[in-house]
Amino acid sequence: MSMIKFTKDHEWIRVEGHIGVVGITDYAQHALGDIVFVELPEVGKEVTRGSDAAVVESVKAASEVYAPVDGEVTEINVALADEPALVNASPLDRGWFFKMRIANLIELDALMDEAEYQSYLEGLA
Amino acid sequence: MTGDSTSDTPSSLALTPLNALHRELGGKLVPFAGYEMPVQYPAGILKEHLHTRAQAGLFDVSHMGQLRLTGDNPAAALEALVPGDIRGLGLKRTRYSLLLNEAGGVLDDLMITNAGDHLFLVVNAACKQADIAHLRARLAGAVEVEYLKDRALLALQGPTAAAVLERFVPGAATMPFMSYAEGSIAGIPVLLTRSGYTGEDGHEISIPNDRAEEVARLLLAQEGVAPVGLGARDSLRLEAGLSLYGHELDETTTPVEAALVWAIGKRRRSEGGFPGFGVIGRQLTEGTKRRRVGIRPDGRAPARDGTPILDEAGRPIGTITSGGFGPSVNAPIAMGYVATSRAATGTRVTLVVRGKPLPATVVDLPFVKQNYYRG
Repeated sequence: MSMIKFTKDHEWIRVEGHIGVVGITDYAQHALGDIVFVELPEVGKEVTRGSDAAVVESVKAASEVYAPVDGEVTEINVALADEPALVNASPLDRGWFFKMRIANLIELDALMDEAEYQSYLEGLA
Repeated sequence: MTGDSTSDTPSSLALTPLNALHRELGGKLVPFAGYEMPVQYPAGILKEHLHTRAQAGLFDVSHMGQLRLTGDNPAAALEALVPGDIRGLGLKRTRYSLLLNEAGGVLDDLMITNAGDHLFLVVNAACKQADIAHLRARLAGAVEVEYLKDRALLALQGPTAAAVLERFVPGAATMPFMSYAEGSIAGIPVLLTRSGYTGEDGHEISIPNDRAEEVARLLLAQEGVAPVGLGARDSLRLEAGLSLYGHELDETTTPVEAALVWAIGKRRRSEGGFPGFGVIGRQLTEGTKRRRVGIRPDGRAPARDGTPILDEAGRPIGTITSGGFGPSVNAPIAMGYVATSRAATGTRVTLVVRGKPLPATVVDLPFVKQNYYRG
């Protein structure tokens, strides 16, 4: 059974066992506008919570995507190379960025669940 | 991830007469040159850009400065500050020009129109206060410089734009490119120039502030007209190879370095009488150390303003001054300055993006063919 957690920087991580799939939320893709390029990490890269993991470029500017927890990148979404707009169209599904092996599952406790993230968004408005 | 959120207007930002309309249209408002301006509407930058090249985009550019110069011979007087042939600018004709400093550097780029009994100028928003002060100081006694702060400015651009305007102003569609006319839209007196900043056909429309929203709504109600924000305005002008003050042009760039030699009048090249004539004259005969060029990254990653440019041996040869994504070419595009020895079209260069070397090529401008009205 998978669970999904969210960061204050609008990344999501969907967890199955020790593997997490990471992407950005609908709020984030909307704020960025049309995405034209995604720079993904290399497979094997070690990431730490809050460190730079990927870069997403909209027409106007580049934005950093941070690793939600410590771990190692195991797979990247190669479809984004030809279709960066997938992130706008399907941010929680086909627009996923990378998968990672989560070093410490306990770090997920520090992230928000769906309800907490929705409240957080309401607070931003 | 990093990102902005739109907040309430800080009280220090100026508003254009269309501010309420922008909010009604769902515009994303951001600070720009001291004004609150729409960077995009709900359609988004990509769609707004493509729409302008396919149909007609309506832009609010009221933040720019509109000036009226009167006096005995404002054209002759103005020639002391710009390198263009202003005395020879025909009646109801418009010309692109540059305000220069004593080193031949650019203080601002602007449009100058011969409106008969006065010159009508449009200057950049970020420079307008400095431009007005400069003009008043240097032309004191000869020319009166009136800042038309009670006027708004719209741009209607795209292949169907002129046909739309024709419905309101008969003759608008056959105005020559870079010409001027006084007309009225639904009884509202307006000033028109057939010019723009997108590479497409279209007009700029000067309207009294209190009628601007009315004119905007009339135009937006026309088939094929959509509101377009400053985000797409930037991607459109970049594709068109047009310089942006503060990026390709500033006080350290001369018109020769900026590949704008055509803005120096033929007569003026020999007669001089404009600031920086010495420097510019030398550059015209001896060449320059660097030149503005187009740059096309190989891959899909954009290279932005400030990106270092290296040659084949990894030596720094220049910097990107504007860069982003060109929706009409579906690729990243950029402009920058490179050493003249590496400025030839086709030269291979390296761009340093986030610490990584990305290959690119020096290319001709514009990236997209210009569609100006040729009669």
